[in-house]
Amino acid sequence: MIELANEYLVVLLALLLCMVMAFIRVIKGPTAPDRVVGLDTINTIVIVGMVIFGAALNEVIYIDVAIVYALLSFVTTLFIAKYLEGGDF
Amino acid sequence: MIFEIIIYILLAIGVFFNVLAGVGLLRFPDVYTRLHAGTKCTTFGSIFICGSVILIGLRAWYSPYMGFTGAEGSELAIHTAIALIAILLTNPTGAHAIARAAHRSGVKPVGAVVDELDGKTEKKSARRKTTTKKKTTTKKKGAKK
Repeated sequence: MIELANEYLVVLLALLLCMVMAFIRVIKGPTAPDRVVGLDTINTIVIVGMVIFGAALNEVIYIDVAIVYALLSFVTTLFIAKYLEGGDF
Repeated sequence: MIFEIIIYILLAIGVFFNVLAGVGLLRFPDVYTRLHAGTKCTTFGSIFICGSVILIGLRAWYSPYMGFTGAEGSELAIHTAIALIAILLTNPTGAHAIARAAHRSGVKPVGAVVDELDGKTEKKSARRKTTTKKKTTTKKKGAKK
């Protein structure tokens, strides 16, 4: 069993709720930029969730994973935006 | 005691703003307003959540706290600060890129009467197209001659 302190469990459940709402926007979104906005929000919430997990489970290595995830998701967002713009790269 | 209350208040503010971002993402009518909700609110909320974790790390650096020894506490604080700086640098930049891409790909704001950016952001690509056309025409002329 994972031993989580109560306050962290509440925080993580609220972040999961926010992530589900963003994912509904990803599924529903009428246009492509709507879906990209939802994915960007999900990325940020995942980073924050990794930081919270690292503090809750006494594992500092999770926060390094969060740093790398932040930079890689930034590159992904920029590339998708460049693709949506059209034209030549 | 006071220290834990400060940490809980910071966590509550951060979670409140993150949930607000999700609600705004669902309820707003438009790509640009959704960007406004989904990016600014998550940036502001993650500042507070990462700030609470940094406080835990600094407190553990001072004396062992919540299962963290002193060295682990310093590592936690510094690495969380680096992650926070990464979020602060990358999140608004990505939002700006998405907004520009949405405007260039032809998505209009809902209820907007005048679009003052219309035609202004597409100068670069138009210029590129004209230059390529000129090049091709000059090539054709050269071939004819």
